[in-house]
Amino acid sequence: MQVNQKEFEPVIAAFCCNWCSYAGADLSGTNRLSYPSNVKIIRVPCSCRVNPMFILRAFQRGADGVIICGCHPGDCHYTSGNYFTRRRMTLLFSMLDYLGIERDRTRVEWVSAAEGAKFAATMNDFTETVRKLGPNRRLEDLRCRKQ
Amino acid sequence: MQEAMIKRAKELLAEGIVNRVIGWKRGEFAYDSTPAIFETPEELERDFVYDDLTASNLSKYLIKESRKAGKILAFLKPCDTYSLNQLTCEHRVIRENIHVIGIPCDPKIDAEKIKAKGISGILGIKNDGVDLTIDTIYGKESMPVSEAIMEKCLSCKGKKHVTYDELIGEDGELCDSGRFDMVAELEAMTAQERYDFWRSQLSKCIRCNACRNVCPACTCEKCVFDNDASGIANKAAADSFEENMFHIIRAFHVAGRCTDCGECSRVCPQNIPLHMLNRKFIKDINELYGTYQAGEKPDSVSPLTSYTLDDCEASIVHERGTE
Ligand code: SF4
Ligand code: SF4
Repeated sequence: MQVNQKEFEPVIAAFCCNWCSYAGADLSGTNRLSYPSNVKIIRVPCSCRVNPMFILRAFQRGADGVIICGCHPGDCHYTSGNYFTRRRMTLLFSMLDYLGIERDRTRVEWVSAAEGAKFAATMNDFTETVRKLGPNRRLEDLRCRKQ
Repeated sequence: MQEAMIKRAKELLAEGIVNRVIGWKRGEFAYDSTPAIFETPEELERDFVYDDLTASNLSKYLIKESRKAGKILAFLKPCDTYSLNQLTCEHRVIRENIHVIGIPCDPKIDAEKIKAKGISGILGIKNDGVDLTIDTIYGKESMPVSEAIMEKCLSCKGKKHVTYDELIGEDGELCDSGRFDMVAELEAMTAQERYDFWRSQLSKCIRCNACRNVCPACTCEKCVFDNDASGIANKAAADSFEENMFHIIRAFHVAGRCTDCGECSRVCPQNIPLHMLNRKFIKDINELYGTYQAGEKPDSVSPLTSYTLDDCEASIVHERGTE
């Protein structure tokens, strides 16, 4: 089957921490900045709530890219959560890369509650990156594929 | 060696310092061995073995054993002592209830490698240091020892015990066996090649869970993979996604805690090089957060339960990636 790049609309799962990035997304909305509707936001209490399994599950259920957004290092509502996120995600992404799964499908970005513009810009950029990669095939579950 | 071990075990039993011994006995066949508990001198005399085939790491059994009444004597090879230290560090064993005798270790022999040479019906294996003489029901066979060495012993961390109460024989030295070379080779390939390599390996998995069950770092009473509702408790072969998921998560859960004992790869009936997943994490940790050897000390802090303010960002994976 030929994948028509033009028609392909990637699905992006964005895990956003309640205190910074989710509020940042909100701000980008109230400021009427646009970011693609491809992005599906999942609110989590802290970026370190994101279990590696969540990321794999997102890919399984049809995500083509997964981005984790949290408070800037030093600004975590729980003091140190995002420092743990940083180590975990670095190692996890490196492992995905090692298994040959395109590393550009995953990203961590720090977005504060005041950075509505950064949120929109990040999502635009990430969506375009994933769009170029095409559909996620290496970490998909055929049983979950939409016809 | 076996004689000296039995002798010392009997003494400790007689003195009442320990009330049982964990070691190995012959398994179903002449070429395998299985962990066993011995309570009397007679049992030791009859069944206790220590030879080229006693490869299993006894540390994990000590989680339950160290909670029973009385002290247990455990014979640990150098690499097994890392596992025990790691378990002590995680408060999974009661170290005071274990009397550890460190024993020297020569590379173990992998019966599978002998069988792979077409030698079957094995009745016994003799090792003169250079060649193996294998007694079979069809007569005698021989092959060089070097071709039958167990995979995990080829990349041994060293012969130094990191914890023990007494030693039999001499303590050895640490060594660098280039255990990350294969990981580096894979890293240097293209994403497509890596993907194909891992697909060819992981698609062999029959989800017997042996790798998880044997792992001295996998000690949760309830495992994520045993959750019926998760849809991953079954055989993974249903979909390639599940194979990937199981293996990524299994390796991730022991990241920073895996002592690289190699048991996972040893027990895999499908010969999947699982240690290559664990070593990737170890290598990354060493490179990104400073050299760290899990189990080296009984009180170290895992790199995944700690952090520094100036750790690299996750984007480093994108920056340093190949191809
Ligand atoms: S993952 Fe494998 S090598 Fe690491 S501790 Fe567990 S059994 Fe040993
Ligand atoms: S031991 Fe091998 S076959 Fe069994 S679950 Fe582990 S990787 Fe799969």
